[in-house]
Amino acid sequence: MSSVSDLVGRCFRVSSDVLGLLIRTLRDDGYIAIGPRKVGESIQLEVLDSAEDLPRGWGDQQDAGTYRLVRRSDAAYFGFNLGADSWKKWLDPNRKLLWRAKREGESWEVEQAHTQVRRMAFIGVRACELAAIKIQLRVREVSRLQSNSTDTNSSALSAEVSVEAPEEPFLVGLNCSQAAATCFCASVHTGPAFASGCDLVLTEVLNDDDHYFLIQILTKRGARISSQFELQTSIADDLAHIDRQVAQVSDSQSRQLNISNPVDFFSRRLEHSHWDDVAARCLSCANCTLVCPTCFCSTVEDTSDVQNAVAERWSRWDSCFNLDFSFIHGGSLRSSTRSRYRQWLTHKLGTWHEQFGSSGCVGCGRCIAWCPVGIDLTAEVKYLSQATR
Amino acid sequence: MTRRRAQKKLAVWKFASCDGCQLSLLDCEDELLHLAGRIQFAHFMEASSALLRGPYDLSIVEGSITTPRDVERILEVRRRSKFLVTVGACATAGGIQALRNFADVKEFISIVYARPEYIETLTQSTGIANHVHVDYELRGCPVNKRQLLEVIVAFLVGRRPNIPAESVCVECKERRTTCIAVAQGVPCMGPVTQAGCGAICPAYGRGCYGCFGPKEKANVDALVADWRLNKSVSEDQARRLLHTFNAWAEPFRSAGCSPGVGPIRKDLCD
Ligand code: SF4
Ligand code: SF4
Ligand code: SF4
Ligand code: SF4
Repeated sequence: MSSVSDLVGRCFRVSSDVLGLLIRTLRDDGYIAIGPRKVGESIQLEVLDSAEDLPRGWGDQQDAGTYRLVRRSDAAYFGFNLGADSWKKWLDPNRKLLWRAKREGESWEVEQAHTQVRRMAFIGVRACELAAIKIQLRVREVSRLQSNSTDTNSSALSAEVSVEAPEEPFLVGLNCSQAAATCFCASVHTGPAFASGCDLVLTEVLNDDDHYFLIQILTKRGARISSQFELQTSIADDLAHIDRQVAQVSDSQSRQLNISNPVDFFSRRLEHSHWDDVAARCLSCANCTLVCPTCFCSTVEDTSDVQNAVAERWSRWDSCFNLDFSFIHGGSLRSSTRSRYRQWLTHKLGTWHEQFGSSGCVGCGRCIAWCPVGIDLTAEVKYLSQATR
Repeated sequence: MTRRRAQKKLAVWKFASCDGCQLSLLDCEDELLHLAGRIQFAHFMEASSALLRGPYDLSIVEGSITTPRDVERILEVRRRSKFLVTVGACATAGGIQALRNFADVKEFISIVYARPEYIETLTQSTGIANHVHVDYELRGCPVNKRQLLEVIVAFLVGRRPNIPAESVCVECKERRTTCIAVAQGVPCMGPVTQAGCGAICPAYGRGCYGCFGPKEKANVDALVADWRLNKSVSEDQARRLLHTFNAWAEPFRSAGCSPGVGPIRKDLCD
């Protein structure tokens, strides 16, 4: 057989039972395989032991404020769209211990938290999610550079936490075979087509008499894992099939988000009357930010135990919709719901460009589906576009 | 230099309540043993009949004010307490017994008691803060044990207790519960209810019924509008959802009195 690296850049057909082998090979290679799994009434991103764990035959119906799992009439492995979980749950977990201090007689012994370095493999990463993962990495890089330049005199109590960067996760991309009604990746150019950035990209092909996957091998480590599979040479039409599928998914998206000059767009609309209209409907519950794959804000919590012998500092996800988020001495800067929603949208879609060089929205539609009252940022932007006030 | 600080005196007081919140404190068995070294339970009738005189450094008050005698007693408790913390829905919002506030108490008395003339009660059940200054309020029916310990421990070391003012939804996400409002169409009060319980109810498939009371900026009208329009909740069902353990707490109180359709989605009006 030709050398493994010859596989890079090529596309093959593999039988539909390749998924079990993929999970096993990744596990044998020391990865924790993580992918979609039906948990209760939704599909979450959890550890996979075998292909049996995948939500085969399940689909979903989504719209503003609603998500329902539905049984499909076929046995598709990936016949659903995104659930509330995004990969940030694994890349940037909700709760993290930063350090712990123990009382030793008269003094305190500070021990740094050990960040467990895990080799993770993500199975079934959609194009918009890959974009979100890249944005999160960029945010972390920018924040690191900023904190290095300002925090020159870090005290034992703030910065001496060694955060070991985990190995970049092994990414198995997946071309969507359908869009949810909440998807709008095409209009924000994050999908549905993959550019690069994954190790492997799968496309599920399912028709009356056939069920197989197309596998595009994009990296050397992807090639090493795939060399375990029975790779069948693809036919000329296979790549065309992928293009057709991507185009179809793209065309089926009815929601859109187009803002030509976003920073300017929002800075001209800070006093638009529509903010009051959204505020009348928004619950400031924070669901939108918690499900958003790019929202990255966290807060720090200090705890001490009943014996006053152990103190801990934890980091946990926070949200600009929480009152405490903007708390400074004297009170909270953003006490009204209007100011919180405006902060979220103007940052996500506007000032994010200035800060991180892109929009903060990848068009995944999670905030639309998982808002308990179905507030839809694409619709809100349309109203904001009307007459500036 | 070690300086042994004098033990703080703690008192626990009961007004109109079910004792559930005090039980939460008793339920902290192991932690109480550790606390007992740093704090003196000077007045805790549920735990010990040995009652020490005040003044008390920390008074924990359970229950609502429902009788003229209660009104006098809470003034006395306040006078003897340096720091006063109310615990539970009764003490902070009048509790389930505040449902009487929406009705005619005299009528109840005449139906329930054989000798109504022996009953001396107020027409309303109200929270402690309606009567005296309260230093800190802890929500819940009953309170969460972890939060209760946090308030006591924070008091002992002199820091602000870590009790977030966010929604129950934040805790749902933290414990990875799939939102039952969105995924099952269950009317859930989580978005307008203050966190603290750890989002217990949705984790068991039941909508939050708001036992931790309204969160700050609780937009109840908008939530009710969604229930009525998208979750086929009737006006009567909406009232019943809103008027439970925190019925007298605004905005549950007024929204429950007129659970209309509030501000509906603009795209539905157009
Ligand atoms: S937009 Fe929706 S999800 Fe976000 S805070 Fe408002 S009500 Fe909650
Ligand atoms: S703002 Fe909404 S649609 Fe955009 S990335 Fe976040 S959750 Fe997805
Ligand atoms: S189940 Fe209720 S509390 Fe939990 S996220 Fe949904 S609306 Fe919020
Ligand atoms: S979910 Fe709601 S009703 Fe249930 S315990 Fe928590 S605050 Fe109370």
